[in-house]
Amino acid sequence: MAIVFEKPKALTDAVLHYCPGCTHGIIHRLVAEAIDELGIEGRTIGVAPVGCAVMAYNYFACDMVEAAHGRAPAVATGLRRALPDSVVFTYQGDGDLAAIGTAETVHAATRGENITVIFVNNCIYGMTGGQMAPTTLPGQITQTTPYGRDTATAGFPIRMCEMLSTLDGVALAQRVTVDSVPHVKEAKKAIQKAFQNQLDHKGFSIVEVLSTCPTNWGLTPIEAMQWLRDNMIPYYPLGVYKDKDAQKEEK
Amino acid sequence: MKGNEALAEAAIRAGCRHFFGYPITPQTEVSAYMAKRMPKIGGTYLQAESEIAAINMVLGAASAGVRAMTSSSSPGISLKSEGISYIAGSDLPCLIINVMRGGPGLGGIQPSQADYWQATRASGHGDFQNIVFAPSTVQEMVDLTFQAFDLADKYRMPAMMLADGMLGQMMEPVSFPEDYTPIQADKSWATNGHQNKRPHNIVNSLYLQADELEQLVVDRFARYEQVKQNEVLVECENTEDADYIVVAYGATARIAKAAVKAAREKGLKIGCIRPITVWPFPTEEIAAAAEGCKGFLCVEMSMGQMVDDVRLAVNGKVPVSFFGRTGGVIPTPAEVLGEIEKMAGGDR
Repeated sequence: MAIVFEKPKALTDAVLHYCPGCTHGIIHRLVAEAIDELGIEGRTIGVAPVGCAVMAYNYFACDMVEAAHGRAPAVATGLRRALPDSVVFTYQGDGDLAAIGTAETVHAATRGENITVIFVNNCIYGMTGGQMAPTTLPGQITQTTPYGRDTATAGFPIRMCEMLSTLDGVALAQRVTVDSVPHVKEAKKAIQKAFQNQLDHKGFSIVEVLSTCPTNWGLTPIEAMQWLRDNMIPYYPLGVYKDKDAQKEEK
Repeated sequence: MKGNEALAEAAIRAGCRHFFGYPITPQTEVSAYMAKRMPKIGGTYLQAESEIAAINMVLGAASAGVRAMTSSSSPGISLKSEGISYIAGSDLPCLIINVMRGGPGLGGIQPSQADYWQATRASGHGDFQNIVFAPSTVQEMVDLTFQAFDLADKYRMPAMMLADGMLGQMMEPVSFPEDYTPIQADKSWATNGHQNKRPHNIVNSLYLQADELEQLVVDRFARYEQVKQNEVLVECENTEDADYIVVAYGATARIAKAAVKAAREKGLKIGCIRPITVWPFPTEEIAAAAEGCKGFLCVEMSMGQMVDDVRLAVNGKVPVSFFGRTGGVIPTPAEVLGEIEKMAGGDR
């Protein structure tokens, strides 16, 4: 019988530990597909974060390094500088990338560090049980915002792609999501471009993927997808915030 | 050459091509030298956004299997402690320079040895050690740099050069070894891309199963035991006939030696022990010396930190006294001589 659908080669056989309805699985697959299609697994090194994806080093079949919380872009910088022919990506959540690791993110970006950053934004700290993240929406209830995020005391969510798009070192800053087939296809294209940019030495590429956390949002997987559409996309509009290629074409 | 620059040149000659740093006094010349030299020899000099980023860049480069280093001074080392712990927990080799200055807090920028506890006991969370070298001359700083990279590779652990502002800023003649070859260390664990030729490598310090983590730490400590057995460096002078022994390391040892010489000229039988590695500590040498002398004086540029290790080694056999200046104040040979005379006072 003809095989029509397979697991990407760049994923191991390890069973994912993610909760039912969490979109990490889809995003892992998209990253692995990009690695497969570009044929770069042998020279790719991934850097795992602290957070729900902390065990990503067991899931990707390329060489993997586990970084301290927020430090993945710095670790990736060290790897990339030491191995000029390698392809290095980080896979980070919102707490990791936009709170404790903001400095590492911003400076890797402004240096134009030739790495690919996959940023999974689900508006919450998932691994530790659902605390407020830098991206938690105003009014959103979490374990540490039990009355809803009050912007008067807890401030406002950070829009990373918009912020990073102002930096000259950034080649690509794009926000996508994986709530529907067309969106998954778009996300796949963005992730592939973020890797291709690295092969073309274009600089720092970040793809922010709006993601769900049914467990900590207290919703079913289907409700979570709808919550993402109703609440996250309006605050975090999908789109390309920076693309060096497109800017060149305009000129 | 200036101490800091000699150290940087030694690191390059030891095969280090990846330096990640952040500006801080009094280690500045290490970074400046690297910034000048690395681009000329195809190496990496990268000024990081923070000490935290710099040490994590070292972690990344070390994961790739290359010789990597960072350099800082006391407050910067505190910031690096997170990364040092992760490097130790991931069994990665690297070199960390601490050109110590006065503390705590922002402290001062004058020479100090007040980071001894940090270097030997608490350079990060968790059960681990660094190999810690304490040079007392610019030449020794050069020689130990080669050794530090070799031993870090051999035992897969961070090495630290515990210098101080005096050594870093001091100018002395130095010679570099002509025929150095790095030790052949197995780096098959490196995450440098599997090239579809081997299973994927993982560099990691996370182990959620308590028994698995315990076993890893126990295995690591078995390696530390080897380091303790094989790598202690110590200089003993005039200890055979000594009634009293002065223990000092780094720049302070130079001052202590001047005082010991003056004491000998006055007819006092004083010896000197200078630990060159402070972890592993020359416990056996000091314990042996304690059998034949009446007492020890430990001299440091701190309120008394290494003196703990001296007391543990002496184990109550004879009295151990302490003299120190801190905050960036350098003890004078006359002051140390005064302390020696006080200790040996009853013998005259």
